[in-house]
Amino acid sequence: MFDFLDSGQYDLLGAFWVTAQLALYSAIGSLVWGTALVAMRVSPVPLMRAFGTTYVNLVRNTPLTVVILACSFVLDQTLAVTLGGKDFEEVGFRLAILGLSAYTGTFVCEALRSGINTVPAGQAEAARALGMNFTQVLTQVILPQAFRAAITPLANVLIALTKNTTVAAAISAAEAAFLMKEMIENEADALFAVFGIFAFGFILLTLPTGLVLGWAAKRLAVKR
Amino acid sequence: MKLRTVSAAAAAAVVLALTATACGTGSDSGSNGDKITIGIKFDQPGLGLKTPDGSYAGFDVDVARYVAKELGYDEGKINWKQAPSAERENLIKNGDVKFIVASYSINEKRLKEVDFAGPYFLTHQDLLVRADDTSITKVEDLNSKKLCSVTGSTSAQNVKEKLAPQADLQQLGGYSECLTGLENKRVDALTTDASILAGYASQKEHQGKFKLAGLSMSDENYGIGLKKGDSELKGKINKALEKMVSDGTWDKLVKQHFGPSGYKNEPAPKIAG
Repeated sequence: MFDFLDSGQYDLLGAFWVTAQLALYSAIGSLVWGTALVAMRVSPVPLMRAFGTTYVNLVRNTPLTVVILACSFVLDQTLAVTLGGKDFEEVGFRLAILGLSAYTGTFVCEALRSGINTVPAGQAEAARALGMNFTQVLTQVILPQAFRAAITPLANVLIALTKNTTVAAAISAAEAAFLMKEMIENEADALFAVFGIFAFGFILLTLPTGLVLGWAAKRLAVKR
Repeated sequence: MKLRTVSAAAAAAVVLALTATACGTGSDSGSNGDKITIGIKFDQPGLGLKTPDGSYAGFDVDVARYVAKELGYDEGKINWKQAPSAERENLIKNGDVKFIVASYSINEKRLKEVDFAGPYFLTHQDLLVRADDTSITKVEDLNSKKLCSVTGSTSAQNVKEKLAPQADLQQLGGYSECLTGLENKRVDALTTDASILAGYASQKEHQGKFKLAGLSMSDENYGIGLKKGDSELKGKINKALEKMVSDGTWDKLVKQHFGPSGYKNEPAPKIAG
């Protein structure tokens, strides 16, 4: 039933490696972007707050497929923005990271905001009373505790992100879902085996993520 | 108390969903009573396309209509069902459709799962280029070109492995998505079966913009997929297809659907029997 894997025609590990890379780079990108967004959303500047709120509500309510395809149609095919990629595979990979980060950043922002809410208001007041400015209060007092409280929701976001990378197949990134489409096309007699392999592959990627981060959440939680 | 209302509502929803599925599975026998269910593509202009007013148009659709009529089912007795490429074998095996006419190339792996009547059409992998582009005349020209095709499709794999491994190949979700890049000169050619390309080139909004390069890079024999071992149905469909060719309907349909693109079709293939 699984004998088509022995043909050497399919690079299963390579495809999942691209998936892992996509997930990793997008995770870093969305963590940075999400932190910037949450800083805007809690900042004392009304214009930044307005931008943060509008961006989060607009992007997180747009289907991911639309975000990714917009990257391809608008940036690549119409404006010829290639982010330095040499061929379509590389361009697709980079644009997918851009799209995934822009999209997942909104969820990271909201997870962090829930983390910020776990920090008692008295701490911010005390920090301000000591003479710290907004940046100092945020980076020295609030965010370190917010991150530790938000590990569990952030793990959820990371798992969702890993599975969301499959959308990148729509714009030439050669990840797992891309290989699955090739296999489905060629192996009409083993459809369920093909699906099974990829479902299993994703479990292998996401299950340890959940376990490790669940353990970390317990270890790092701020005891109050 | 509140929790109880919520769980009651949830239970009601589950029950509803279950009964709804039960209703849905009631009519899946492919041809129940006096109706017949036929699988076609809904999204391929020229072959099988669902038009905005809800009717169906295309060469495959008209072939299906002709065959159904020969089997004793008028237009009104046909249930059309969408048959996306990845689901065709299962639709047939589960009996969701009686047969499938959906740019279904006959190949070995598929023959293990289903039987094919026909073939009713022979086409080749070809290229769609901008109407003013004359730089591609042979397969070797492709290695320095930018191409576009559908993710994972046989045509895309052919390019990558055999025809032009050095070509820069973009793979997108659908052929219509490649057309944007082709128009904006981001890619030089769209590649897949000539019949599919001709369908796009013949569309009103694309007429005159694109042309087929006329390279024959593979042979694709389109057959009508049906349940394995159903030799009675296969025989009947083959007879209908033979009649379609001999009474001139086949020629008429090919001209009607592929004519505007200037596509030079192959003569009707000989039915394998």
